[in-house]
Amino acid sequence: MNQKSKSFEAGLNRLDEIVRQLERGDVPLEQALELFREGTGLVGDCTRMLDAAELEVVKLSKGADGMPREEAFAHEPAE
Amino acid sequence: MEQQIVSVTQLNQYLKNKLEADPLLLSVGVQGELSNYKVYPSGHHYFTLKDSEASLKCVMFRGSATALRFRPENGMSVYAFGRISVYPRDGAYQLYCTRLSPGGMGDLHLAFEQLKQKLDAEGLFAAAHKKPIPVFPHTIAVITSSAGAAVHDMLRILNRRYPLSKVKLLPVRVQGAEAPPEIVGAIRYANRHRLADVLIVGRGGGSIEDLWAFNDERVARAIYASEIPVISAVGHEPDVTISDYVADLRAATPSNAAELAAPDQMKLRERLNHAALAMQKAVQHQIALDRQRVQRNAASRVLQNPVNYVQDKRLRLDAAHQRLLQLATVLLAGKRQQFVQLTAALEAMSPLAVLARGYSMAFTEDKQILRTVDQVRPGDRFRLITGKGSLDATVDQIKEDAT
Repeated sequence: MNQKSKSFEAGLNRLDEIVRQLERGDVPLEQALELFREGTGLVGDCTRMLDAAELEVVKLSKGADGMPREEAFAHEPAE
Repeated sequence: MEQQIVSVTQLNQYLKNKLEADPLLLSVGVQGELSNYKVYPSGHHYFTLKDSEASLKCVMFRGSATALRFRPENGMSVYAFGRISVYPRDGAYQLYCTRLSPGGMGDLHLAFEQLKQKLDAEGLFAAAHKKPIPVFPHTIAVITSSAGAAVHDMLRILNRRYPLSKVKLLPVRVQGAEAPPEIVGAIRYANRHRLADVLIVGRGGGSIEDLWAFNDERVARAIYASEIPVISAVGHEPDVTISDYVADLRAATPSNAAELAAPDQMKLRERLNHAALAMQKAVQHQIALDRQRVQRNAASRVLQNPVNYVQDKRLRLDAAHQRLLQLATVLLAGKRQQFVQLTAALEAMSPLAVLARGYSMAFTEDKQILRTVDQVRPGDRFRLITGKGSLDATVDQIKEDAT
C-alpha cells in the first residue's frame, strides 16, 4: 500500500485534533506549547509531502502465478 | 442532338411539381430512427430519419411541432407522416412532417431500457447499496484502455490534484465483444487482491455502440458485487450507461472521475495553512489570557507589599472594634432611656403617687381597702393612709350618699 498518502492523511487528522484541543483552550500552557510545536511540525511535513509528490503510476499485469505484476507506465507529466 | 437548357431554378421547380403531383408522395408514413434532431429558434424542428441503409431529411413546422405529445430524442424509432417535396434552394427532397409518433425504440435503446428496468427491480441501483468514496484514495485502480486520451486525462488530473496517491492501471479493451468479460475480469481481480481503495471504470466518448460494453449486464453485476467502491466514467456528460446507474458514484467523464476520486491539493494546502493559523491564534490567545491572570495577581497589594497587607488587616480590625464599642454604647443608651420611661410610667401608676396628689386611702381592720360604707359600721376602727404618714380612726356616723 501507499505509505505517502497514508502518513499524509494521518498527519492531517492529527493536526485537526491538535487544532481542536488548542481551540478548546483547556490544556495547560506548557502542554499547549508542546502541541503547537507538534502541529507546526505536521504542517511542514504535510506541505513538504505535497511539494515532493509525483503521481506513481504502474500498469498491472497478471504474473505467471496469477499475482499482480507491476510495470512502469509512462504518463504525460503535469502541465 | 439538340438539348434543352434550363436553369437550376427551373429544374428544381419542375421536380417539385413532379413530386407533388404524385398522390403516393402527398401522404406517406415512414419508419426510422431519429438523428440530428434540432429545434430552431423559429420553432421549426429539423431532423433526419435513418435506418441501417439510408437517411431522409425531414422538417416539421412549428404548427405541427407544438402538437407533439412526446419529446423526440436521437436514437428513437418513430413513425413520421407527411408529404414529400423538394426544397428548391438546396435541390433536396425532404419529408414535410405533420405528425410524429413514437414507433417503439431502436433495438439498442430497447435493450438498454429493458436491462435498466430489470436491474432496477432487482435493487442494483439502490442508494442504500452505494458505498462512500474514500476521501484519501491511497491507491486508485483504473480499469480502462491503456491507449486513448481518457487514461492520460485521468492521470494528468490525479497528478495535479493528489500526487500522493498511487495509480494502478488495469488495461482492458473497452469496446467489442471481448470488452465486457475483460472489464468484469479486471473488477474481480482488483477485488480479489484488494488492489485499491477505489476503482475507476470507464472510457472516453464514442457512439452508443462504442459505449455498449458499459451497458452489459455482466459488467453491471460485477460493479454491483465489487467490495471496492466504483466510480463509473463513461463517455461524455449526456451519455448514461447501465454502469453509471449501478456504480457507487457516476462521473460525467473520465476527467470528472479523476476529480471525484481524489482530493484537491490546493484545498489541502489551504487546510494546512488554516490549521497553522488557527494553532497560532489559539496559543497566542491562551498566552494572553495567562499573562492577564499573572498581571492581575501581581497587581494585588498583598504581593506588591506584604506589610501593607498586614497593616490593612490591622486597620480593619481597629475599625471593627470601634464600631463594636459604638454599637454597644448606642444599645446601652437606648436601654437606659427605655428604663427611665418604664420607671416613670410605673411611678405614675403607683398608689403612693396618687396619695401625694392629696388623696387618702382607708383600710378596714381586716386590711381590706375601704371602697363603700357597707364595709363598716359606726364604732368600727379603720386606718387612713395619707401621702405622708397614716392614722387610725373610728367611724362616727355613716351617710349613704357621700355627696
